[in-house]
Amino acid sequence: MTTASSSPTRLTAEEVEELARKKDTKNRWLLASPALIIITLFAAGPLLIVVLYSFLTAGDYGNVKWIFSTKGWFSVFLQYDIFDDTLQIADAHLSIFWRSIKLSLLTTVLTAAFGIPTAYFIATRPLSQRNLWLFLITVPFWTNLLVRTIAVMELIRGEGVINNVLLWANVIDQPIQMMFTDFAIAFGMTYVYLPLMVLPVYASIEKLDFRLVEASYDLYANRWKCFRRVILPLVKPGMIAGSILVFVPSLGAYITPRVLGGGKNLMFGNLIELQFGQGRNWPLGAALSISLMVLVMVALLYYVKVSGGDDNEHR
Amino acid sequence: MKHKLLTALSGLALVAGSAAAQAEGQLNIFNWGNYTNPDLITKFEAETGIKVTITDYDSNDTALSKIKAGGHGFDIVVPTHGYVPIFISEGLLMETRPDQMENFKNVSSTWVDVEWDQGRRYTVPWQWGSTGVVVNTKYYKGDINTSAIFMDPPDELKGKINVVPEMGDVMGLAIMYHGGEPCTDDKVLLKKVRDSLVAAKEHWLGMDYGNLEKFAKEDLWAGVNWNGSTFRMRLQNENVAYGYPKEGYILWMDSVAVLADAKNVDEAKAFQNFVMDPENAALISAFARYSNGIDGSEPFMPEDMKTAPEVVVPAEHAGNGKFVLACPPDVQALYTRIWTDLQK
Repeated sequence: MTTASSSPTRLTAEEVEELARKKDTKNRWLLASPALIIITLFAAGPLLIVVLYSFLTAGDYGNVKWIFSTKGWFSVFLQYDIFDDTLQIADAHLSIFWRSIKLSLLTTVLTAAFGIPTAYFIATRPLSQRNLWLFLITVPFWTNLLVRTIAVMELIRGEGVINNVLLWANVIDQPIQMMFTDFAIAFGMTYVYLPLMVLPVYASIEKLDFRLVEASYDLYANRWKCFRRVILPLVKPGMIAGSILVFVPSLGAYITPRVLGGGKNLMFGNLIELQFGQGRNWPLGAALSISLMVLVMVALLYYVKVSGGDDNEHR
Repeated sequence: MKHKLLTALSGLALVAGSAAAQAEGQLNIFNWGNYTNPDLITKFEAETGIKVTITDYDSNDTALSKIKAGGHGFDIVVPTHGYVPIFISEGLLMETRPDQMENFKNVSSTWVDVEWDQGRRYTVPWQWGSTGVVVNTKYYKGDINTSAIFMDPPDELKGKINVVPEMGDVMGLAIMYHGGEPCTDDKVLLKKVRDSLVAAKEHWLGMDYGNLEKFAKEDLWAGVNWNGSTFRMRLQNENVAYGYPKEGYILWMDSVAVLADAKNVDEAKAFQNFVMDPENAALISAFARYSNGIDGSEPFMPEDMKTAPEVVVPAEHAGNGKFVLACPPDVQALYTRIWTDLQK
């Protein structure tokens, strides 16, 4: 009888606990709801509008007509030849897209080449100096992107600083054409996105236990082997994070290619702008934007998979 | 309690009062960048007590899409002639009847019954000019009055050419270079236009706006440009010259219009009337270096404008200019495809 009488009370206690837990969960949801609503409204909302627009018909002078159409999506990948109406792959879009990927990869490699040694340098300074160095890295962020891009232009233009110095030193006798080239775009983007590589790499090098490096030397590792087998695997997460932070915005870059690239060869961001501006084809612009997002997403998932695979290797 | 309520109410009244006062004396102008003479605005503010703010745009399409999107807060826009019918048909402009305004008598008769705004019921002339070619004559001595400068560039200029990314103008020039009419949908001709543009692009350095100082500093030697902008370049570098392509060049006029959803309508109308005054029109021209279409403004213009070959079209080229209205949507779509092919 005792068990019979005690078990209902114990159950009630569990129930109370369960109720309390439920209430707690509910409270958490309630407390989080303002943030969740804002995120849904202002992140998912505009995105849904873009998706919606990509399935509508282009208006005659910009904007959209509310008639369902897949023409926008169709012309992302395929087109009828302007002159003989044969169906073909939209090679203009593909080659612009390929140029964006190429330049973004180049930018990522360049920022890594300059950023990793910089991060290593900062991480190996005495603790008291590190904040100063980090502070210096972030200083450019105080200035508007456009202003920084124009500063780069002053460096590389025909009568710019670099050409003037080289001319003065008699290294060259004609100014080198750097403005309005792919080099200019890569140079500009590397400069602009460099801090985004340095900071995450620094964060992981800073955590690196240098006793492991010493240990590897004790075990007869040479410098290269130590770097490849000890340092690299440990700072890899930072490098991957840095690469993502550089690659993703490079892919959609708009200002830098426009100012430094001279607008002769479009990047993906400029192609999208063309459709919303002079092209007056908003559905195509919307479809191109979504395509870009999907591609960035695929790249991110790939990165996640690559870094995840590494963890298994260590085990 | 009563006292508190009173304070609150008077505070509210104060806010309302100041808001009304602000609305009375304000004017928000949406105009092309580097195009509005600050002295003109100072003069307008001094004469009327209206406070003016100016916002820039870089192309008709930017202006059109921003205004169509709504919530812009602008009262005045300065679209190019080809876009005026679009603005009107989209219901974006207010019929302010400039033809009944006091200063309308000054508008040159050439610019009253224009194709894009018969009798001037919506718009007031701001400036007009042409789109032709620019050449630095230090580097090229040949004939510059031809679109071959950018369509089939001479060796001396290759690699130093900039073409303004104004699709309508460039397509128009290229089509006329091949003997066609702007806005044509003749695909045989357009194929020739596309292929020759793509081939010519190999020799271009850039397709960019805002190149005044790049030409002045000789980063760029030739290209497609506007006459007044070229005039300003020449003032900084005497070797820069403007060419009127004999195959045909583009004429245009930008006009001041009041937006349908303008908040400061009276102020905007006052501005329309203001810019039709010859002395004020001369101020507009003195800055951006284009003609203005207002009779009697010449005496107030800077001396160097009265003889400038960029402004006073030489008689032998006068017949080659052409006003082009906006192309129909299907032709525009075709041109966008060619334009994308060009920039891929």
